[in-house]
Amino acid sequence: MDPNRKRKIRLVAALGVAVLLAVALVYTSFTASTQAKEPSEILAATPGTSYEMTGKVVPGTVDRSAESLSFKVEDRDGEGTPMAVTYSGTVPDPFRAGREIVLTGKLVQGTFVGEPDTLVTKCPSKFSAEKDA
Amino acid sequence: MPSLGGALLALAFLTAIFAAVAALLGRNGDRRWIDVSRRAVYAFFFLVTACVAIVEVAFATDDFSFSLVQGHSSIETPPFYKLAAMWSSQEGSLLLWAWVLSIASSAALYATRNRLREIVPWATAVLMGVASFFTGLMLFGGGVNPFAELSPAPADGIGLNPLLQHPSMMIHPPMLYSGYVSFTVPFAFAIGALIARRVDAEWIRATRSFALIAWAFLGLGLLLGARWSYTELGWGGYWAWDPVENAALMPWLIGTAFLHSIMVQEKRGMLKVWNASLIVATFSLALLGTFLVRSGVLQSIHAFGDSTVGPYILGLIGVVLIGSTALIVSRLDDLRSEKRIDSLASRESVFLVNNLLLVGITAIVFWGTFFPLISELFTGDKASLAAPWFDRYTTPLAIGLVLFTGIGPLLAWRRVSWASAKRVFRLPLAAAALTAIALLLFTDAGGEPWAFTLFVFAGFALTGLAQEFWQGAAARKRVAGGSLLAALLAVTSRNRRRYGGYTVHIGIVVLLIGIAASSSFQTNRDVTLRPGESAVVDGRTIVYERPTVAVDREKFTFGAVLSVSEDGKQVATLRPSRRFFRPTGQPLGTIDSFFAGEATSEVGLKAGLTSDFWTSVAPDVTAVQRRVRAADKGFEACVGGDPGTPPQCKALAATMRAAAADPELRAPALAQIASIQAATAERIARSYVADGTPATFRVIVDPLVTWMWIGGLIALAGALIAIWPARPRRRGALIRTEADALKEAKYREIRDAELDHAAGKLSDEDFALLDAELRREAVEILDRVENGNGASAREKIPSS
Repeated sequence: MDPNRKRKIRLVAALGVAVLLAVALVYTSFTASTQAKEPSEILAATPGTSYEMTGKVVPGTVDRSAESLSFKVEDRDGEGTPMAVTYSGTVPDPFRAGREIVLTGKLVQGTFVGEPDTLVTKCPSKFSAEKDA
Repeated sequence: MPSLGGALLALAFLTAIFAAVAALLGRNGDRRWIDVSRRAVYAFFFLVTACVAIVEVAFATDDFSFSLVQGHSSIETPPFYKLAAMWSSQEGSLLLWAWVLSIASSAALYATRNRLREIVPWATAVLMGVASFFTGLMLFGGGVNPFAELSPAPADGIGLNPLLQHPSMMIHPPMLYSGYVSFTVPFAFAIGALIARRVDAEWIRATRSFALIAWAFLGLGLLLGARWSYTELGWGGYWAWDPVENAALMPWLIGTAFLHSIMVQEKRGMLKVWNASLIVATFSLALLGTFLVRSGVLQSIHAFGDSTVGPYILGLIGVVLIGSTALIVSRLDDLRSEKRIDSLASRESVFLVNNLLLVGITAIVFWGTFFPLISELFTGDKASLAAPWFDRYTTPLAIGLVLFTGIGPLLAWRRVSWASAKRVFRLPLAAAALTAIALLLFTDAGGEPWAFTLFVFAGFALTGLAQEFWQGAAARKRVAGGSLLAALLAVTSRNRRRYGGYTVHIGIVVLLIGIAASSSFQTNRDVTLRPGESAVVDGRTIVYERPTVAVDREKFTFGAVLSVSEDGKQVATLRPSRRFFRPTGQPLGTIDSFFAGEATSEVGLKAGLTSDFWTSVAPDVTAVQRRVRAADKGFEACVGGDPGTPPQCKALAATMRAAAADPELRAPALAQIASIQAATAERIARSYVADGTPATFRVIVDPLVTWMWIGGLIALAGALIAIWPARPRRRGALIRTEADALKEAKYREIRDAELDHAAGKLSDEDFALLDAELRREAVEILDRVENGNGASAREKIPSS
């Protein structure tokens, strides 16, 4: 076969495979992803659906026991009603009141029940925007 | 002192601009301007070094008139962490960026002072353009000047976050930065080569070691980060597909692809557009990594304060991407391949496949990392992808990489005959088959198809690599005699790039074995035990012997003594603990404030070659906290002089009133209160031991995870072998001109072919053809040198 033609066929085949893979990637990423919502949005959302909650731990509400951890989370801007959360599983070291967290879970009877080992805490701000002067 | 630093920084900024302008004035080869610009780069290095020195002296001497020092250090901070605290801040890390850039730029320009006359001016302009961007950012970016002054200077600083007080955490950022920044050098020279239309392999030869150094630094940074996460963060993992981790992984992956594909350009004059695109991508991703930590765009476990410098860095990325793309497109005619791939069964075509795999993995990681932004754009909801999604797509590609890591070294450049292929593939294929059979017979690895495939491919790759070493050494021994070990050392030190590269391959394969085994066959259990109780995890019995507790001025430490036994024999005593720190930077709070600060885990780890036994503890501190609150309340009542409080309270209340009235008495009063608090805290802490409250333990049995760290270290050692400069064979035969460099490169190619032939990778007739071709090319180069015409001859003029 003419080498140029062969090269072209190869190129088209390779591009075709790449496009197919890319489509699979895009498709599954939309179905496999979890929506991130703040507590006030989750209160209004469909119960029973898994969400990724992002918000701030309300100071003074953290209650540690050996079995589980319960605390309240409010929107990042501090507005809206705080949501009660229970969580079992590992708690990352940086977890503490007043800090932003991300937690995957479901709303069960007004309480957000976190899936074990999905709690992510944002690091103590190494690079804080506003300095407390 | 802050004002002196500020002045030096401003001077450095001006020097960088001057160096860039001078370099541009010398773009047509005007020696005076080029020399001036190079010296200006050296001056920039000295100025930034002085800035760094001033900051470090300020940290060491507790000069709190520096807002930077006040915010990230305190008198109490241990000396080692004082020196390392610089890069825990936004300002300090930008200064570190500029400093590493000044070192890399000076080294690169010194190394090329007599070479690449047409490219160097442009490269200098790019390097100093980036340098002036970062110094300018510190000066004018708003709130990120490391020399911001506090007046009057406070008596003490806020201190360094206890989470960051870990040795590897302090080495990890500078390693990552050195990696990110060193990629600027090959990028700058690539841009220079494109502008000057000198797109042969010269710029690659001049900057390859910088790309390798950058790659090694970035790799070490990633490894240290993983290690820190494994031993300090208390969750037992080493990789979480966190945006910031991904941000450092992506330039490393593309950098790996670049290091391979530039070899194809060097040897075969192909893939020029690809190489230029890869280095642009690597540098942009390195900038993106710098940006992500400072932007607050994505949710991450890492520090993500919104900051003012994000948009500027994004702007720089935009300029780099648009400018480079336009440049590459305008130079497409110059970037045509000189040759084509002769055969699919050749090393260059395997490199191409490996490049596609690496770029594929990067594309997946990129998509997953930025998915929250993409999804918000299309659906209006911020949705994110978790680790399983990343695993699903990267696993098959990583396994493919292991296979090609094994195949690549077995193939010769250009083409491989069927006979020689059979010879070199026989043993590795047999090893792969044996691995598969052994795994199926003796382990349950068959239940995890991905891990199983990876192990089989790893058996293939490792045997192939061992065969390479063996045959190289055997060939050397035939020529030079001596022992096999001596021959191995000799052949390695004479072909550092080749055998260094192979060593990296061994390391990466071993590392991937560690990852595959530990992620597929991990046992992960949470058990709640009272003191004296025991649990069985993966055939091992753990007994919660006793709780421990300690209190000092900064923290409560709740620990556990665990004894681990297997088959009735005690194998380890582990002491995991959890520490609760007081918030830093507050003079004196209630005892309860201990539980409002950071909490960190100290892991109890028994590492082993076959498996790690990893434990962390989550103590139940509810009762302790309740007592602490009661004690705080009691103390308040006491100093308030409430009825019914003991008589000592009256004295204490009087002391406090006196202290409030007379500042002289404040210090002794505070000391008295602190000692009362300490005694109370100590008493309450002891109650934790007496109570015998249950604690929850996370127990992880991680098979072969140690090999991940060992593999990483092997890979680093291989990179070191490859980077280590070869001793010049003859004294005074230093590579002084471009023609010499070309000649050297061609000689190396001839030696490579001879080695491949001796090792049985090239059949006699293939070798004869290849050798004749290479020698003809070498003669052409020598002719050009002799006749003294053409571009290369101009380079012969020695420089000052």
